[in-house]
Amino acid sequence: MKKYKWLVPTLYIIFLMLPIYWLINMSFKTTTEIINTYSLWPREFTTENYVKIFTDNTWYMGYVNSITYTVFNTLISVAAALPAAYAFSRYKFLGDKHLFFWLLTNRMAPPAVFALPFFQFYSSVNLFDTHIAVALSHCLFNIPLAVWILEGFMSAVPKELDETAYVDGYSFNRFFFKIFIPTIAAGIGITMFFCFMFSWVELLLAKTLTATAAKPIAATMTRTASTSGYELGLLAAAGSLTIIPGAIVIYFVRNYIAKGFAMGRV
Amino acid sequence: MNKTINQKAWFFVVPVFVLVAFNAAIPLMTVVNYSFQETFGNNVFAWEGTRWFKQILLSERFHDALGRQIAFTFIILLIQIPLGIGIALTMPKKGWGVPVCLILMSMPLLIPWNVVGAMWNIFALPDIGFLGYSLNAIGFDFNFTQQPGDAWFTTILMDVWHWTSLVVLLSYAGLNSIQPAYYQAAEIDGASRWSTFRYIELPKMKKVLTLAILLRFMDSFMIYTEPFVLTGGGPGNATAFLSIDLVKMALGQFDLGPAAAMSLIYFFIVLLVCWVFYSLMMKNEVKS
Repeated sequence: MKKYKWLVPTLYIIFLMLPIYWLINMSFKTTTEIINTYSLWPREFTTENYVKIFTDNTWYMGYVNSITYTVFNTLISVAAALPAAYAFSRYKFLGDKHLFFWLLTNRMAPPAVFALPFFQFYSSVNLFDTHIAVALSHCLFNIPLAVWILEGFMSAVPKELDETAYVDGYSFNRFFFKIFIPTIAAGIGITMFFCFMFSWVELLLAKTLTATAAKPIAATMTRTASTSGYELGLLAAAGSLTIIPGAIVIYFVRNYIAKGFAMGRV
Repeated sequence: MNKTINQKAWFFVVPVFVLVAFNAAIPLMTVVNYSFQETFGNNVFAWEGTRWFKQILLSERFHDALGRQIAFTFIILLIQIPLGIGIALTMPKKGWGVPVCLILMSMPLLIPWNVVGAMWNIFALPDIGFLGYSLNAIGFDFNFTQQPGDAWFTTILMDVWHWTSLVVLLSYAGLNSIQPAYYQAAEIDGASRWSTFRYIELPKMKKVLTLAILLRFMDSFMIYTEPFVLTGGGPGNATAFLSIDLVKMALGQFDLGPAAAMSLIYFFIVLLVCWVFYSLMMKNEVKS
């Protein structure tokens, strides 16, 4: 039985790759081929769909917009979560447990509940259709997550580290930036990975809060189905391209993923 | 860890508190406001008391959507948790297979949710999709845009594809944290594969599994984008889960009062289940 153990993960990975292959397969086909024939690989290989995306600025700006607000959000979330996670992992203070649970409840709030009030709220403060609006709205679920993961990593660092540093005459700031942050660097990496991931894949809020200037690629894609007929090839090409940033990010954190899952809490 | 009491720690929490309150408290108050009022446009409101809550709680539409949602969440938990554990148990523990497995398995997690929906739409179409075409070729009458059963099958398969990896990664991390000494002890005692799993691996994975169930519950209960793109809630209302129904009501029909009341009931259900889970989790943590 042990001999065939590799079969399970292999079959699972094949199952995971099939729809992705199909998407990429479609992206290299011409529209006529897609509609008229069923084929396992492109018969008339074409890169026309990709050329269209990279030359039409309503398309490629979608990628720029998505990446912009995702990066903003990751930076804001991690920067705000670092001191808070430190406080939760090291100190007891009035209402700490309730505050922690309250933060988590925001991770549990269905985005559909918030879509309409967000639209009205961000319109009223003149942030509608800006990258920062999307980045801030994604803080709703990313900050609780970041605090949660970082707190897990920080609690794994013994408190003696802090105390020794103070005895050695370090000020709090110098200790925090020179010693503590490098110690939990892996944890920060994992946290950024998750913030990036959840901001990158979310669409409902991003779509609600933008019109043209900050429109995410995922929302641009919904256009193909409605206005310009059913351009499946173009849709497939755009979809295939959205996989790339995720793949790059995974590649960078590949050695930390399992460890991060174990130490952190997500 | 012994924590020191320090009220100044609040200063560290202020940025997080402000950002989240800005995002959560203000919009949530708007929802609460709407749920008790009738709107006539132009910012004219009339007090309605608890009318919307009663209306929603008694409406068949809400019962149906909630029923579908519970069924969906229950089915995917039932599939994903055992499957995820199984795959994690069979994954290689060292060597080149580890990064390959981790990278490939994380892929679905990083694809934007509507792309997942679109991808599965293309994949399952009966005439040009691999899944739909193959199923029809071997004799099944499969068409997820027409038949409710097929729509359910496709939606569940899509969610299994999308999220099982999260359970795998969590379980794998839990398994990796078990010291080799435990396995050696089991071997000396002559424990079978099953009892090793039952008495060593499963208890050690308890914490990550609770977390996996919690996360999968929350996210599947809030699912919106993927089924919206895949089936649009159809055919008919067959796959109109809570979020889809809610957005239809709020942004489609602009029934703000009932939609807001539904939002609050919806949020309350998620919160209640998660609170029970969270309390159990914390209790376990204190014990161990």
